[in-house]
Amino acid sequence: MAHAATHDHHDHHGAPKGFFQRWVMSTNHKDIGTLYLIFSLTMFFIGGAFAMVIRAELFKPGMQLVQPYFFNEMTTMHALVMIFGAIMPSFVGLANWMIPLMVGAPDMALPRMNNLSFWIMPFAFLLLLSTLFMPGGGPAGGWTMYPPLSLQGESVAYVIFAVHLMGISSIMGAINIIATILNMRAPGMDLLKMPVFVWSWLITAFLLIAVMPVLAGAVTMLLTDKYFGTNFFNAAGGGDPVLFQHIFWFFGHPEVYIMILPAFGIISEIIPTFARKPIFGYRAMVFAIASIAFLSFIVWAHHMFAVGLPMGAEIFFMYATMLIAVPTGVKVFNWVSTMWGGSMTFETPMLFSIAFVILFTIGGFSGLMLALAPADFQYHDTYFVVAHFHYVLVTGAAFSIMAAAYYWLPKWSGNMYSETWGKIHFWSSVISVNVLFFPQHFLGLAGMPRRIPDYNVAFANFNMISSIGGFWFGASQLIFLGVVIHCVFFSKKKAADRSWEGAKGLEWTVPSPAPFHTFDVPPVIHDDELAHGNTEH
Amino acid sequence: MTSGGIGRSVSAWAAGAFALFGGAAWANPEPNQLNMTKGVAEWSPYAMHMVALWVCVVIGIVVFGAMFIAMFRFRKSRGAVAEKWSHSTKLEVVWTVIPVIILIFLAHLATGGLTSFADTTNSEMTIKVTGYQWKWRYDYVDYKGKGVDKVGFMSKLEETSNRTRQLKSNLDPAKIQVDGYSTYLLDVDKPLVVPTDTKIRFVIVGGDVIHSWWVPALGWKMDAIPGIANAAWTKIKEPGVYRGQCAELCGQDHGFMPIVVKAVPKAEFEQWLAAQEDEAKVQKAAQTAQTVQAAPAPAPQG
Ligand code: HEM
Ligand SMILES: [Cu+2]
Ligand SMILES: [Cu+2]
Repeated sequence: MAHAATHDHHDHHGAPKGFFQRWVMSTNHKDIGTLYLIFSLTMFFIGGAFAMVIRAELFKPGMQLVQPYFFNEMTTMHALVMIFGAIMPSFVGLANWMIPLMVGAPDMALPRMNNLSFWIMPFAFLLLLSTLFMPGGGPAGGWTMYPPLSLQGESVAYVIFAVHLMGISSIMGAINIIATILNMRAPGMDLLKMPVFVWSWLITAFLLIAVMPVLAGAVTMLLTDKYFGTNFFNAAGGGDPVLFQHIFWFFGHPEVYIMILPAFGIISEIIPTFARKPIFGYRAMVFAIASIAFLSFIVWAHHMFAVGLPMGAEIFFMYATMLIAVPTGVKVFNWVSTMWGGSMTFETPMLFSIAFVILFTIGGFSGLMLALAPADFQYHDTYFVVAHFHYVLVTGAAFSIMAAAYYWLPKWSGNMYSETWGKIHFWSSVISVNVLFFPQHFLGLAGMPRRIPDYNVAFANFNMISSIGGFWFGASQLIFLGVVIHCVFFSKKKAADRSWEGAKGLEWTVPSPAPFHTFDVPPVIHDDELAHGNTEH
Repeated sequence: MTSGGIGRSVSAWAAGAFALFGGAAWANPEPNQLNMTKGVAEWSPYAMHMVALWVCVVIGIVVFGAMFIAMFRFRKSRGAVAEKWSHSTKLEVVWTVIPVIILIFLAHLATGGLTSFADTTNSEMTIKVTGYQWKWRYDYVDYKGKGVDKVGFMSKLEETSNRTRQLKSNLDPAKIQVDGYSTYLLDVDKPLVVPTDTKIRFVIVGGDVIHSWWVPALGWKMDAIPGIANAAWTKIKEPGVYRGQCAELCGQDHGFMPIVVKAVPKAEFEQWLAAQEDEAKVQKAAQTAQTVQAAPAPAPQG
C-alpha cells in the first residue's frame, strides 16, 4: 500500500520496536487487549493460590495451617482478586481485542484512555496485595466489606484506594467500549446485526457506568466513618449498618451480571460456529440480555433476606429476583435450539461452551432456590450459596473466558493450539470443578456456614472431597497456561484466516494473526458473512 | 480406614440417600448429610425447598436431555447437515409462558411462608439474643405474660472444642462427642433452655458487629445487627438439643461461636426458670450486701 508522506510511518505498519514503547506506551487495542488478558491470567493464579490455602485448611477438621484471621484474609482477598482482578479485566481484554475486529473499527474510540485504564490496574492490585505484608494484615471482613466489621481492619484505607482505582479503570474502559460501539461501526454494521458479544458488552458497559460510582460512594462512606468521624453506618452515632448493605448490593447485584453478560455474548458466538447454524432467536437473545440488565437493578436485597427487612420488601425483592429466571431461561433454551438441527463438532471452545450451558444452568437453579426468601433463611450464608456462585462464576464466567481464549487464540497468535491438550485441559477442569463445588451444596444444606476456617466432624467427608477437587482443578489450570504458551510461541500449525469452518463475522476476514492495524479502511459488509447479518428468518 | 469405618460410612451414605428421597428428621448435622433438615419447629421451609428442588430437577432433565439428544443426533461426524432456521415465535412464547406459570406457583408458596414467618404476634414468651465477638448472650424477657426477673447469661464455645481448635493443637476433633454424635465446635458452656409447644419470640440484636443467629433445626437465621432489633419466632414441637452456629462473618473467631438450644417440656422449663430466678435473687442479694458493706454511700444514679 502506498502511504501518504504526511503520515507517520508507524501508523500504518507494524508495532513499535522497543519493549517500553510497544507495551507501556501502547494505544493499540490488540496490545492493550493482550496486556489485559495477561494481567487477568496472572491474577487468576494469584487468586487461585489463595483458594488453595483455603481448601488446604478446610481439608479436614481442626486447624492445621493458618490462624483464623489469616484464613479470613484469604477468603476476602480471594474474592476481591478473582472478581476485580481476574474475571472483569479478562472480559475487558476480550472486548479490547474483539470489539473493533467485530464491528470493523480500526481501534478503540479513545486509545490513550485505553492505555490509562489498563495501567491503573497493576497499581491498584499492588496496593491491594501489599496489605498482606503489612502489620495488621490485609482486609479480613469479606469482599462485601460489611461494617462495623470491615472498619476493625487496619488496611481499610489501602483497600478503599485500590477499589477506587479499579472503579476508575472500569468506568474508563466502559466509556471507551460504549464510544467504540456507538460511533465506530463500519457502515452497514447496524446495531441489530452486531455480534451478540458486542451487544452484551454494550449493555455491560452501561451497567458498569451505573454501578461503579455507587461502590465508590459506599467505600468512601466507610473511609469517612473510619477516619473522619462520620456515622453513616455507625449505630451508636445514629447511623445504620444495613444502609451499607443496601448501597453495596445496589452495586453488587448488577456487578454479578457484569461478570456474566459478556459470557452470554461469548457463548452466543461460539455455539453457532460449531453447530454451523445461526443463533436461534437473535433478537430474543439481545432483548433477554437487556431485560436481565434492567432487572439486575431491582433485586439487590435478595442478598439481605436475613437482615430483617419488612415483609413487603422481602416479597418485592423475591418476586423481582424470580423474574430474572425468565430471560435467563430464554437464553438457555435458545442455545439448546441453536444446537438442534445443527452439524456439530466438538473442538475445545465448543466443549467449554457446552459445559457452560449445563453448569451455568445448575447455578441458575440454585439461584432460583435462593430467591425463595423463606428457604433462603436456611440457605443464606452457607456453603449452598458458595456452591451457587461458584457454578455461575467459575463454570459460568471463567469457563466462557477459557472458551473465548481457545476460540480466538488462532486469530490472536496466528497459530493453532494443541487440540489434544486443550481437550485434556477441558476434561480435567470440568470433572474436577464438579468434584470441587457440587458437594458444597450438600455441606450448605446440612448446615455448614460459609467463611469458617474449621467445622464439625459431620462435614468432614464432603470437605475433603471438595478440597481434592480444588487441588485438582487448580493444577488443571497449569495445563491451560502450557497450552497458551505453546500455542503462542511454539506451535508449528498455522491458523487459517477463518480458523474455524463454521465461523462467521468480520474478525475472521482479517489475516491470522491479526495484523497490528486492521480496518484502516472500513470493510464492505456483506450480510451473509456476518454471524448475525440476516436476523429475519 | 478400617473395614468397620467403611461399613459405617456406607451405611451413613445409604441413610443420607434415603433421607434425600424419603425424608428423615435430623436435628443436627449428620455425617454425609445431603439435604436440608426438616427441622423440629412448626414453621419450616423444608417443604418449599423440596418443591423448588424437584422443579429444578425436572426442568434440568428436560433441558439437559434435549441438549444431549441434540449433541448425539446433530453431530457432523454422523453426517448431520445444518439446517437454516433460527427463529420460532411459537416456541419462544411457550418457553416464556411455562416458566412464568411455574414461577407464579413457587412465588405463591413462598409468599405464604413469608407471611407466617413474619407473624410474631401471640407469642407466649420473649427471649433477647445478643451477638458479641465471639459469644452469645441470652436474656429471658417474659414468659406467659409475666416479666422474667433477671435471667440472662453468656453462652460460648465449650472448653474442649476450644482447646482442640487452636492451631496445631494436635488434639483430635473426632474425640469430642455426645451420645455418639460429634459436637466439635457445636457445643457451648451454657445452652439456651426453652420450652416446647410454646410460641417463642426472639428479639435479636448485635452487640458489636453483625452476627447471625442460626439453628438449622428451627428453620431460619436472623442477623444480629447493632442498633436494630430484629424479631423472629419459633414453636418447637419435640424436646431435644438443637445445634447451630453464627452465620454472618464477625471476625477471627466467627467459626467458633456455636449456638445450642435445649428444648424441654413446659413443666420442666418452668422449674428451670424458677430456679434461675431464685439464683438471680440470691446473687443480687449477695451483691447488695457487698455494696452496702464496701460503699455505704451509694453512687448517685443518673
Ligand atoms: C437465575 C439467576 C440468579 C438468581 C435467581 C440468583 C440469586 C441469588 C441469590 C438470592 C443470592 C443470595 C444468596 C444468599 O446470600 O443467601 C445470590 C448470591 C450470589 N450470586 Fe446469584 N443468582 C443468579 C445468578 C447469578 C449470576 C449469573 C451470578 C454471577 C455470575 C451470581 C453470583 C452470585 C454471587 C457472587 C453471590 C454471593 C454474593 C455474596 O454473598 O458474597 N448469581 N444469588
Ligand atoms: Cu444478586
Ligand atoms: Cu459470626
